Amino acid sequence: MATIASAFADLRTLDALATQDSVIHRLDPRIKVLTAALFVVCVVSFDKYVVAALLPFGLILSLIMGLGGVPAGVIFKKLVLVAPFALLVGLGNPILDQQPLLSIGPVAISGGWISLLSILLRCCLTVGGMLVLIATTGFNEVCRALERMGLPAILVVQLLLLYRYLFVLMEEGQRLHRARALRSFAGRGLGLRSFGPLLGNLLLRAHDRAQRIHRAMRCRGFDGTMRSPHTPHLTVRDVLLLVLACLVLIGMRRHDCALLLGQLLTGLLP
Amino acid sequence: MSPPLVEVRDLIHTYPDGTAAVRGVSLALHRGETVAVIGANGAGKSTLLLHLNGSLTPQSGTVRIGDMPLTTATLGTIRRTVGMIFQDPDDQLFMPTVAEDVAFGPLNLGLPPDEVAARVERALQRVGVAHLRQRPPYKLSGGEKRAVAIATVLAMTPDILVMDEPSASLDPRARRMLIELLAGLGHTKIIAAHDLDLVLDLCERTIVLREGRVMADGPTRDIFSNEQLLAASHLEKPLRMQACPACGRKTG
Repeated sequence: MATIASAFADLRTLDALATQDSVIHRLDPRIKVLTAALFVVCVVSFDKYVVAALLPFGLILSLIMGLGGVPAGVIFKKLVLVAPFALLVGLGNPILDQQPLLSIGPVAISGGWISLLSILLRCCLTVGGMLVLIATTGFNEVCRALERMGLPAILVVQLLLLYRYLFVLMEEGQRLHRARALRSFAGRGLGLRSFGPLLGNLLLRAHDRAQRIHRAMRCRGFDGTMRSPHTPHLTVRDVLLLVLACLVLIGMRRHDCALLLGQLLTGLLP
Repeated sequence: MSPPLVEVRDLIHTYPDGTAAVRGVSLALHRGETVAVIGANGAGKSTLLLHLNGSLTPQSGTVRIGDMPLTTATLGTIRRTVGMIFQDPDDQLFMPTVAEDVAFGPLNLGLPPDEVAARVERALQRVGVAHLRQRPPYKLSGGEKRAVAIATVLAMTPDILVMDEPSASLDPRARRMLIELLAGLGHTKIIAAHDLDLVLDLCERTIVLREGRVMADGPTRDIFSNEQLLAASHLEKPLRMQACPACGRKTG
């Protein structure tokens, strides 16, 4: 439970980063959301054995992190948390796909290992991309951007409230868990038998709180739409940057930059 | 005497689980009064308060605010007139930042952006938390959350403030600051509280509820001097009106 709590606490560090000021932070959130989405689409649409062509995307991501003042350590820690899931997805590949694809000296590397590496790399790039988006924009601004781009308001309200009350819910869950742990000895009373009622209790509390929040919102004239005080305007610079980002990303998707660079270098060598 | 600003007549409310929370309450409040509603847990204080701005609608009896009866048609106007401050500020502060939360009500009233900004600024200044403007509410202390919750209501410029346990879970200093803040607000105030010392500081009049009925309604000092009444309502004299046991022991 404590680790989950600290993971959530960590989530807030991204928001703290989002309050910084940098070239990346100053961009319109919509531009960043669109670019991030294209980034993800490009990365996941590669063929399953592609590894080298993915690397330039990592380079781009680290460039953005550098410009946006996002410390690599923060992103890395979160990637380590997610990586096991990707590992699980790709774990069967080396066993199922043993056709040698590449040989380094006497060692033949099968397609399975290559595709496993590719999956891990993609996981790091896509999750990393999203984390960098939030660290340079802030979760709430991402939601707002989505709303302005046409996501139904009801979903946006859900997301915003979920994010706001995640912490409150966690704390409530933790209190329940602690109260149970304090009265269970030698592992007795910690099993599923008491976990059910505990979860049920949490659900009822959450339901009560939801009602109170709704009441408080109604008291202040809430009618289903979330109104925002500031409406940012797209500048020409934002649009130009979006076009540039699209060109770069699509270019990197269509042409294997790592290969081109390699060819260029080997071509230069006599 | 001018007509009452808030008038509740024969109000009855029974919850769906059969709990009869309010069983025939009548009261009248005049402009500028600060009135306490006290009583044991489950005496019906919160339920009564929820009727005052239409969060609950009367099952029987009437609620009038100013010259308007509380009906679904008048709900919007009444909610603008009666500002409700809830017991748990976490329920009331749901927006990403303090400023956005305070702006929530005025934006919903359809006010122009510069008027909204001015109101947010004024409300935050009034409760003394202008420096918290850009902070997310979940990171504030209990006292700060309470102050912001009050600002969110003040930004809608209500005539009447309804508060449920405003000093609950505040540290002594935050509580003192809250009392000073509330004393400085000229609104008509209705405060439900267990903190009877706060009542003594703020309210000239007190209404005692017991099992959903009004037991007494009168000047606060008279009510607090009536030990029989207090005991019957599961209450105690405020500490300040009790003989000091420490000093008493010394002299006795």
